[in-house]
Parts: sequence; structure tokens; C-alpha cells
Amino acid sequence: MTYIRPTFRHPDLPKNKINFTKKDYEGALSTLCAGCGHDSISGAIAQACFELSVEPHRIAKLSGIGCSSKTPAYFLGNSHGFNSVHGRMPSVATGAYLANRDLLYFGVSGDGDSASIGMGQFVHAIRRNLNMVYLVMNNGCYGLTKGQDSATADNGSKSKAGSVNPFNAIDLVGLSMELGATFVARSFSGDKAQLIPLIKAAIKHPGFAFIDVISPCVTFNNNVGSTKSYDYVREHIEATSTVDFVPIMEEITANYEDSKEITLHDGSALQLQKLHQGWNPEDKLSAMIALQNAKEKGEILTGLVYIEPNTNALHDVLQTAKTPLNTLKEDVLCPGIDALEALNESLR
Amino acid sequence: MTQVNDFVVRFANVNGTGSASANSMFAKAIFRMGVPVTPKNIFPSNIQGLPTWYEVRVSEKGYLGRREGIDLMVSVNPQSMLKDVQSVRSGGYFMYDSTKPLHKEYIREDITYLGIPLMGICMEQYTDPRQRQLFKNIIYVGALSALLDIEFAVLEQLLAEQFKGKEKLVAPNVQALQLGVKYVQENFTFPLEIRVERRDLVGKRILFDGNGACGLGAVYAGATVAAWYPITPSTSVVEKFEKYAKKFRTDKETGEKNFAIVQAEDELAAIGMVIGANWNGARSFTATSGPGVSLMNEFLGLGYFAEIPAVLIDVQRTGPSTGMPTRTQQSDITISAYASHGDTKHVLLFPSNPKDCFELTADAFDLSERLQTPIIVLTDLDLGMNDHMSEPFEWNPERTYDRGKVYTAEDLENMGRFGRYLDSDGDGIPYRTYPGTHPTKGSYFTRGTSRDEYAVYTEDSAVYVKNMQRLEKKWDTAKEIVPKPHFYQEKNMSPLGVIFFGTSTYSSEEAIDLLREQDVVLDAMQLKAFPFNKDVEQFIEDHEIVFVIEQNRDAQMRSLLINELEINPKKLIRVLNYDGMPITADKIVKEISKNLVTN
Repeated sequence: MTYIRPTFRHPDLPKNKINFTKKDYEGALSTLCAGCGHDSISGAIAQACFELSVEPHRIAKLSGIGCSSKTPAYFLGNSHGFNSVHGRMPSVATGAYLANRDLLYFGVSGDGDSASIGMGQFVHAIRRNLNMVYLVMNNGCYGLTKGQDSATADNGSKSKAGSVNPFNAIDLVGLSMELGATFVARSFSGDKAQLIPLIKAAIKHPGFAFIDVISPCVTFNNNVGSTKSYDYVREHIEATSTVDFVPIMEEITANYEDSKEITLHDGSALQLQKLHQGWNPEDKLSAMIALQNAKEKGEILTGLVYIEPNTNALHDVLQTAKTPLNTLKEDVLCPGIDALEALNESLR
Repeated sequence: MTQVNDFVVRFANVNGTGSASANSMFAKAIFRMGVPVTPKNIFPSNIQGLPTWYEVRVSEKGYLGRREGIDLMVSVNPQSMLKDVQSVRSGGYFMYDSTKPLHKEYIREDITYLGIPLMGICMEQYTDPRQRQLFKNIIYVGALSALLDIEFAVLEQLLAEQFKGKEKLVAPNVQALQLGVKYVQENFTFPLEIRVERRDLVGKRILFDGNGACGLGAVYAGATVAAWYPITPSTSVVEKFEKYAKKFRTDKETGEKNFAIVQAEDELAAIGMVIGANWNGARSFTATSGPGVSLMNEFLGLGYFAEIPAVLIDVQRTGPSTGMPTRTQQSDITISAYASHGDTKHVLLFPSNPKDCFELTADAFDLSERLQTPIIVLTDLDLGMNDHMSEPFEWNPERTYDRGKVYTAEDLENMGRFGRYLDSDGDGIPYRTYPGTHPTKGSYFTRGTSRDEYAVYTEDSAVYVKNMQRLEKKWDTAKEIVPKPHFYQEKNMSPLGVIFFGTSTYSSEEAIDLLREQDVVLDAMQLKAFPFNKDVEQFIEDHEIVFVIEQNRDAQMRSLLINELEINPKKLIRVLNYDGMPITADKIVKEISKNLVTN
């Protein structure tokens, strides 16, 4: 979408706790199609980071290839970004995370990038429990190559050209739970009220936080008969609950009978209201049953699906030093000549 | 004719029977007696039950290449016995298990048979089947010590070292050695015509494998992130890295590690992790072999274009799949030099012994960060998985890591606009920043191709061309800073030149000596790196004919020289070996002599 964005900003733009305005979390102008769901998600990411008062430069954005993977250029302009190789963002993120455990890693991928070419890396990143947010902008099609079905397209969904997808869809939410992801959510690009608190909670989660965001492709997959169109999604969406992110030390206000508070690892909380019946996001079995039931009814469940607030991420498992590896110098890294001479002696 | 300190012993074993440690004790004993040895494992793609060979060349002159002609075969494997009998040189020896009589098809008139009832002795001495199998190996080592005049005390000392902490095991092993010695004393005239005599030819040198040396080099170079996928023959690179990193980089109180190792799901992920870690400012590497390099191609291209350091150790082997890949070759030169799509080329380093492996691996990290590009260290199975006699490892205590051009927060604070791909110094190498450095300056978006000098997205052709030209300039800079070739003569003495690299070095050096005895003088150059610098070009220009010795079918190094230096192909003569075994001096002499006649 090409338009001229005004550079002028109101001098009294509100600032967050660390004195940044919303503008400090914006990126370059988006070149995606007008109305693309991905742009709303980019906006939600920027908003979540602004509200959480995350220092922009302490975030690393990573992506693979595809429309979704272009978006990291369109938010958080003060963060380093890496538009890597198709389907291989998880491995780049793994290496980056190993190099510096103190940054916040935000991975953006698409359904082609994660559910097809990158399926192997996606599942192994979950298995290793990287401490990162992994967000899939899921539109059921390959946008950049003009609309081919992806592996998340539902069986029976009709493409713009009229062909019907004969294959079963891969459900990344169910899959990631099966693989042991400790934070699993689904949302919709058209529902920022739900998406923003979910992103905030995902950022605060100390392990792999997966968010599958249904994000209709306005150009190639928004037709009648598509199960990833705006109309279809709005008609079939079923929220597990409303979601509120409550920062540390702030009072939890509303308290209905059907609500639940989940205390996150750092002391902040997620408040879930109007919780779906028979659903306990801290109980994997109930979450899986609810997902399966929704699938049979043709509903798209959104919201926080499953969470295990305390989890050991990869660095904990590997027992890596608390100091980021990329800051270590010769004095701790090089064993020196005495050790080498002793080794030489042992090899004679 | 007595052959002192100049013979080849080959052991024919069944793999998975514990023969490897007995055989390497044999080689180490000769090494400890001050005599140069070259042990080589020739093993199948299998864990248990298939034929495996272990070959030890003993060379007073210090030749460390493989030599044709087996002087003594130690045959402990009935499966391969016919072939093993045939492979002994005329006048040589054949040691075998004489518990059962030897079938007449195994009888040759021109060799001496040394029958020892290995199984019979074991059945008599031991009740436990595992012990019977393990001690059989030790018994033949004992017999060999008597037959070849290897000092018994040296073997005892090696056993004491091997079983340090498990002293109970020493006595039974010594006893097994003695069983072998006793049988020889009672049944044969010994020592044989081939034998060992103590010398002082080893000095401070060590016996170690190239993979271990690469792993150690990565520890010394400050690598903190290793990502890999198991593949023969490279697996022990990261295993040794882990061993030494655990030893030297683990906090004794907290158990915290100053390194991280991930066994990836495949080679694509392994190199991806390496790229991600290097992008984020950690020194990171992977180790693989040919098939892994194939899978890593896409990322290597991205690393080249996005200008991200990465160190890849490729332990070359014989082609794809299973079987011959447990044999050696130098056949990944083309794929490594030009790995990936688009206009890409990569810096290659060619170690030829364990000390080189240690040093060039460490250098690879400096070069890779200096040049901001992936670097491939090309070793091979022969170097990687066999012990080699090598000069000891050295490390300059003053050495610091060259982390290349990286702006700090302070630099960014005091400068104008940061341009990730600006050629500020005129050497084609731009400055980079690590993520998280400065709140408002120095961030950029990493992409493959489509960006300007400030890392801003563009599909402008002129900008693309300019960037590619800068990368070419960087390549020219690389030529100046990669290790220079090694010349064996101060001044050229001959119109004939010879070029070799890596493990072809051992046999090439020997072949040069052998040819000189026939009054054929060759000037020699050992390549250490690609891209080739002016010295390489000059050497070829200064000679009428240059032989290029390498271990692959397609003369890949020769092609690379022709392609990169625009040399008349007729000038470069192929000297090749690609049967999966290390090239021998005999083969080189034969090939070169043949060409000298026709020329």
C-alpha cells in the first residue's frame, strides 16, 4: 500500500514509562496490499511493545520469507531485524538467542513459512523451548506467489479461482501444544482488543510463546467460499474468553464468576473473562478437547488456549552462563598456553 | 633383507570387537620409541560385524603418507582373509589365528606364515566370552612386540596410562600381552626381518586427530555457539569441542557454561543457528561433510550477501549415501568455493595436519569476522579421523581475537548516520552493529540483496550492481589476508612445478624426494587458502608445467585455478587419486613420470 505518511507528530504524544512515544515503535512504510490483515498485526505488535515499555533496541525481530516475513520492516524501526531464509527463521532465532539471552526475540512467520517449508524448524524450535514470541500470520495461502493454497487452508475451502482444496489443514495451534509449547494462543487480525494483551503476555512468557493469528489475504483469499476470509472468520469466531493483560503491581479489577487470573512468570497477570465452559488454559487436556470440539463444529477458537507460566527455556536446560555469550572475552574464553602445553604432553 | 623402522603393518579385524584400542596401542608404542608412525583406520559404514582394517606405516625417514605394499598382515577376520592374504607383498608376513588349520586357498609360497592359536589361547585362559574377544586383541599385540622388537616396558606404560583409575585392569592386560610374547618365544625365530629400533626422531611432536584439533582450535578461538548435525566423518569435531569446552569453560562452582551446543534437526538448521549467532555477535561454527554442505548452500549464499560471519568445518569424504563415505577424498572443493545461488564465492582454508587444523580453525574465526563472510575449513576423513604425528600445538599468549569492524554504542553516539553497507575504509568491508547496542542508533534490517548502503529496502538495479562491486572489492581484500601458500624452495630451480594441499601434502613431499632420486627436480607449492593470491599466480606463471595433486576425479582444484587465474588448462596436469584411500607417493611418482615421458 503506497501512501505518504505524515512525518508530523503531535508534540504531546503520550509517553510510556521509559519516555518513548508510539512513534518510537513504528517501522518503515508497509508495502503490503491495502487492507492486509498483516498490517493490523504489525500495529498490534508496536502497540504492545509501547504499552509494555520495552526498550525498542532490546528487541530482535526475525522472519523467514513471504508477505508475513516482510512485516518486521514495518514495526519497531529501532530494533535490529533479520529477514532470513524461507522457513528457516527458527534456526536463525535459535542461534541469535544462544548468542545473547538478554534480548527479546520476536519471530514472525507465515503459514507457508511455518507449516510447509519450515515445518521441521518450527517443531524443533518448540521442542527446544526457545524464549521467544513466535507469531504466525496465517492466511491459508501463498500471497507473494499469488494465491496458491497453503498447508493451513481448510479442506473444502474455495480459492479465488474457484478450485476447492482437497487436503486436510495443519492446525498449528493443536500441533504446538502436542509438541510441548508452553504458551499457545490464537487470535484474529481484526480483533486488536484481544491480540494486544495476548502479545504482551507472550512477551512476558519465559519460554516459547506461540500465537497463530488468522489474517485474511484481501487480494487472494478473501472470496466467498474461503474459510480464511474476513466474513467467514467473523461469522465462525468463538473466543475462549476475553483477555486482559495486567502489569505487575496493578490491581486486578473486574471479577466475575466466569473469570480466571493467571499469574505470569514475572508477576504480571492475565485476566480471562467470560471463560468458555469446560476450559482451563492451564490444563492441556481440557484445552485439547475444547479445540477438537470446536473443530468439529466448524468454529475458530481464539484467545489464550494453553499456558504453563513457569517453564525452563533452552538456556536453563543448557545451563548457559547468565552473562550473554556474545559479551565474553579472551580472558574467559581462551584456556591459555599452560593448558595447551599440558594437552600437548598428554598426546606424546 | 632387514628393514628397520621402515614397514607397513595392516590389521584385518571385525568392527565392534575392541580391536581399535589394541591397534592404536601398537602404533603409539612405536611412536613412544621415537620412531615416526602413521596409523590409519579403514572402516565400514557399520557398527558391528563388518570387516575393518587398521594400517600402520613405520617410517624412519618421517614420511607420513600412506604407502602401498603390506609387509605384515595381522589377520583376525575370516571374512576378508582371502583378500588379506593376497594383499601382502611378496616376501612379507601373514599372521593369523591358527586355532583351526588354514585352508589351502590361503597358502602362498612367497610369504611367511605366522600362525598363533589366538582363539585357542583365549578359550584356555578365559571363561567370559567378552574377555575372550578383547584379550585376543591384546595377545596379538604382545606377539607383535616380540616379533618386531617393540619394548615391552613401553606397552606396559601405555596400559598403565590407559587404565588410570581402573588399576585392576592393568595386570590382566599385561598378562595377555605376555601370553602373546610367550607363544612367539616358544614357536618362532624372532625378531623378524622387519623390526623397530629405538630412535629420537619424534622430538616434541604429538599424535592426534584432525577433528580433535579443529574442536580444540574452536575452543581457543573463543567459539561460544556450536550447532551441528551428526555426519561421518565430521562428528568428532563438535564432540571434541564439547569435551574441551566442558573442561575449560565450565564454572567449577555454579556449573554454568560459557558455551552452548545444539544438536540441530538437520544441517540446514545447524548453519542457520550459526548465522543467527554470528549475526548477534557470538563466535559460532558448525562441522559437517559433503551432504551437509549441499544442504547448507542456501544459507551460505545468504551469509555471503548479508555479510554475516560463519565458520564451517567440512570434513570431506567419498560422496553421498552410506558405504564409501567412510573413506576419504578431497572432493568438496567446487561446491564449497561456489556454494549457493547467485554470484557467490567463499573463502576456503586447507589444513594438512593436526597443527594446521588447530591454527586454521582459530584463524577462520578471525578471518570470518574481519571479512564478514562465511569461511569453510576443508579437511578430510583421513586427517579428521586418524591420528597423525604433528608438531605440537602453539598459541601466542598475546593473541587477541580480531572481531572485525563493529561499532560500539560510543562509536554510534559520536558519529553521523550509520550505514551498514557503506565502504568507509575503501577495502570493501563495511561496519556492523550487534543487536541491542544503542537505543536509537545503529539498528538495521538484515536482508539478502535488496537494500542500499544504509540497509534500506530498494530494488534499484544501480544500487544492486554497486553493492556487488563492493563485494568483489572485499574479495580482493580477502586475497591479501588469507594464509599465503607455502613454498618448499627459496628460489625456483625447475621448469616443473607441483601444487598440492591438505592431506595430499604427506605423499607429495615423499614423491618429490623419490623423483629427485631419479633426477627429476620439482618446485613445490602447498596451497593454504582460496582465494588465490598473487604468489599462487606467479608460481604457475614461472613454470612451464605444473602438476596439481588432489584426491578427487574431476581435478577440482585444477579447475578452480584455471577458472580464477585464467590459466591455460594445458599447463596444469592432473595427478589424481579417488579410490577412497589416501593418495600414495608411488601413485604420484607414477603419474608424474608418465607425463614426463609423454611431454
